[in-house]
Amino acid sequence: MSTPRTAPSGITRVTLFKDLRLEWRSKDAINSMLFFSLLVVVVFSFSFDPSAEESRQIAGGLIWVAFLFAAVVALNQTWAREIRNQVLDAYRVSPAPANSLFVAKVVGNFIFVTVLEALMTPLFIVFYRLRALGPVWQLLLVGAVGTWALVVNGTFFAAMSLRTRSREIMLPLLLFPISIPAVLAMVQATTAILNGEGARFWIVLLVTYDLVFTTVCLLLFETVLNAE
Amino acid sequence: MKKAFPILGVLTAVLLSYALYQALVVAPTEQTMGDVQRIFYYHVPSAWTAFLLFFINFGASIYYLAKRKTAADIVALVSAEVGVVFCTVVLITGPIWARPVWGIWWTWDMRLTSTLVLWLIYVSYLFLRRFSSGGQTPLLAASLAVIGALCVPFVYFSIWFFRTQHPQPVMGGGGSIDPRMLHVLLINWLAFSCFAFLVCWSRYRLEKLQREIDEAHALHSLLAPRGSSR
Repeated sequence: MSTPRTAPSGITRVTLFKDLRLEWRSKDAINSMLFFSLLVVVVFSFSFDPSAEESRQIAGGLIWVAFLFAAVVALNQTWAREIRNQVLDAYRVSPAPANSLFVAKVVGNFIFVTVLEALMTPLFIVFYRLRALGPVWQLLLVGAVGTWALVVNGTFFAAMSLRTRSREIMLPLLLFPISIPAVLAMVQATTAILNGEGARFWIVLLVTYDLVFTTVCLLLFETVLNAE
Repeated sequence: MKKAFPILGVLTAVLLSYALYQALVVAPTEQTMGDVQRIFYYHVPSAWTAFLLFFINFGASIYYLAKRKTAADIVALVSAEVGVVFCTVVLITGPIWARPVWGIWWTWDMRLTSTLVLWLIYVSYLFLRRFSSGGQTPLLAASLAVIGALCVPFVYFSIWFFRTQHPQPVMGGGGSIDPRMLHVLLINWLAFSCFAFLVCWSRYRLEKLQREIDEAHALHSLLAPRGSSR
């Protein structure tokens, strides 16, 4: 490894690998999130009849709502481990830049949620008999960019919620209103691509949203982490 | 400074009464909608006042993040609270107007939808204020306010495109407005703004006093000799 461990990117890498290694060994977060996602898909299948033609029209929305709920479950536990062993306090006291921790957390969450989506999507395709009329690579692009939008804001708000009462409910309360433009874009883009229409506007909007909010979160994370 | 408050209060009351008279009596009756349209003089000024207050919240939050002055934090809190109230008025008068005119209580047209999302964002801000404790609240709230304000252009843009893809009834607007109606509209906006300023000022003084009391209590607890009742 060429970059030293104490360089910011080195710290990011080390923190990220620590999270991934811990998760790989215990697998409790990924197992619970997986089962939760399966339950959500099944409940949706009962609520919105998959055999009806209308369901194919709203499948894009259903998928993203299910991913949104799964992401919230993932995000809620993202900082829990750090709090439990006072790792967060140690991090604040250390000279390590706060942004390294933030980037590591966001990338880690992104990986978790992407794994979840990769496992849920075949279920949706099977249950709802989905077939993409548009190019599949565009769907993957929307998936990646949309997930990043949820995860970057979600990690930031999860860190904010740490300082509040009712920690678990604060995250969705803060995340959902801010994510509305992104969720609208994700759903519209997915539905458009599934139906073979153009989704360029929505993809550009999502990418812009990602750029703006990643920048803002990076700028403000240090303030939030050290708020006292 | 303290004398100015009652004087301003009386002035605002007079202005509000005048504006009410203008809206209900003087303004010309609209051709298609009839007298129901007069709710326009409450709906639109409330919206403009809410937007103005949310903008003040954004400015105060940025100032707080830069300079960490408590006064800025109180201004941010106050403008968000009063802004949410005015936004609620918009969201209530909207359906009240829509029902007799279009027969439906709600429609997902661009203006109502984006106002709803704006309301959601600032209510979540107030939740964060309420649920976070002590010294961190101003910084956390200021960060959320900046993020929320940056989100607003995305909200408008995305819903605009969403709605132009699926056309819906357009509310009011479109085409020029009768200059007499514009005159009444502006009078009402002035009255609402004065009222908003009064309420904000009053709330500001209340919050400042509350914080001074809390600080005094905290200081007393710290300095009280051991064994005293506390």
